[in-house]
Amino acid sequence: MADAPIRIILAKLGLDGHDRGIKVVARILRDSGMEVIYLGLRQTTDTIISAAEEEDVDAIGLSMHNASHMTLAPAMVEAVRAAGLETPVIVGGIVPDEDLEPLAAAGVAAVLGPGSSAEEVAATVRQAVNTNR
Amino acid sequence: MTANISDLYAQARKGERRPLGRLLSIVERGGPDADELSALIHADAGSAHIIGVTGSPGSGKSTLVGQLVSDLAASGNKPAVLAVDPSSPLTGGAILGDRVRIDREPGGAAARSADRTTAQKHAPFVRSMATRGHSGGLALAVPLAVRLFDAVGYDPVIIETVGVGQVEVDVVSAADTAVVVMTPGMGDSVQANKAGLLEVADLFVVNKADRPGAEDVRRDLDLMLDLSHMTGQESSTGYRPPIVMASALHGDGTSNVWQAAVAHRGHLDATEQRVSRRNYRLQTEIRARVEHGLLLAADALFESAHGRTVISRTEHADLAPNDASQELLNLLLNQPEESP
Ligand SMILES: Nc1nc2c(ncn2[C@@H]2O[C@H](COP(=O)(O)OP(=O)(O)O)[C@@H](O)[C@H]2O)c(=O)[nH]1
Ligand SMILES: [Mg+2]
Repeated sequence: MADAPIRIILAKLGLDGHDRGIKVVARILRDSGMEVIYLGLRQTTDTIISAAEEEDVDAIGLSMHNASHMTLAPAMVEAVRAAGLETPVIVGGIVPDEDLEPLAAAGVAAVLGPGSSAEEVAATVRQAVNTNR
Repeated sequence: MTANISDLYAQARKGERRPLGRLLSIVERGGPDADELSALIHADAGSAHIIGVTGSPGSGKSTLVGQLVSDLAASGNKPAVLAVDPSSPLTGGAILGDRVRIDREPGGAAARSADRTTAQKHAPFVRSMATRGHSGGLALAVPLAVRLFDAVGYDPVIIETVGVGQVEVDVVSAADTAVVVMTPGMGDSVQANKAGLLEVADLFVVNKADRPGAEDVRRDLDLMLDLSHMTGQESSTGYRPPIVMASALHGDGTSNVWQAAVAHRGHLDATEQRVSRRNYRLQTEIRARVEHGLLLAADALFESAHGRTVISRTEHADLAPNDASQELLNLLLNQPEESP
């Protein structure tokens, strides 16, 4: 049997209303053969975890375009682990270099900056999923 | 990694969501594990009201389904949704965007964050499924996923599909209640007529009734139904599909849609058609499985030394394609039975 495609949730937490980036990423991941469960804007950690369980996803991708990544991303990882899931959480958006280390320490599997190429985006998701599988 | 299928199933029957999510992935992958699951659940399924919802992309199917299931869940039902979207034929990937419209009842998220596990028990279960290119696989996966929802206690089970492709039309027509969603100004009734959806519809929804032209759609549909009245379809079934006007985005008319679906189920029960629909559904699934099995066997035969020899003989003048295919068919169909 061929390997099943990677399934990934793409969502934004909180009130941050920009969805251009997340839509671009959705297309990149689809074009690299993944199944994107697109949740879009204004999600909560709970709606994302419910979706992760019901959709049995391999990864959760969060798009963040305000400075809240330092609180929201670790909170998401914590909520995922508290729910008993091992699903890797990947963050996309503008993250200053000095935040990378603390995010990794908080359990964020990978961070993708706005300059990432399509290949980098897909490869990063693949790697995060394979490390977890 | 492979937790026991029967363990997962037992947990899913207790209402746990994660095991059900994992079983649905097994269903999607197909193969021996999916077959094992199929056998395991068969006796437990058969009571849920299966509703197929189809219509053009953008007609508001997900919005309508979302409104229906949040109302149903609020009144103590356990609805499940299987939302099917096409995979890209080029890359095999897909953007599954139904969930964002289905799963966003206002207050739902807030209710859940108050106490996730309790609130979640009462939330609709939504699963997105990509067609994964091969229609053969979809024809196997959708009916099994529906039986699985049914077997673990979800009722109704709603399937959302775009009404294109034979498999999708089959899926909807094999439901207990087939709902066709139309909208003003899109030439929907003509499209639906072409796709053969009008014959399978048990219930029409004219959605986006807040927009101009909705009445025209209703009138067109009514005329078409008059035609089928004249051909005797209506009198032979004793049923004329109702047309329900709705504005799903604003929550208007969606309760009428549900009432019409319940009335249709009542009609099926009263005329003993519920059983025949269920049997038809099983038949469709069995046929899809047989066809799938034949295809796999044919593929294997083409790859085999014997198959390649037969085919290569057509390169020279000594065997015509029809003779070659007959010889291969004989090989395929007259395989000696395996001794026990
Ligand atoms: N005006 C209006 N728009 C609607 C209505 N129902 C859905 N929509 C919008 O139509 C678009 C497509 O809806 P969606 O449910 O995703 O359609 P689907 O592709 O058939 O599942 C969305 O932008 C909805 O907000 C309605 O009753 N009236
Ligand atoms: Mg939809």
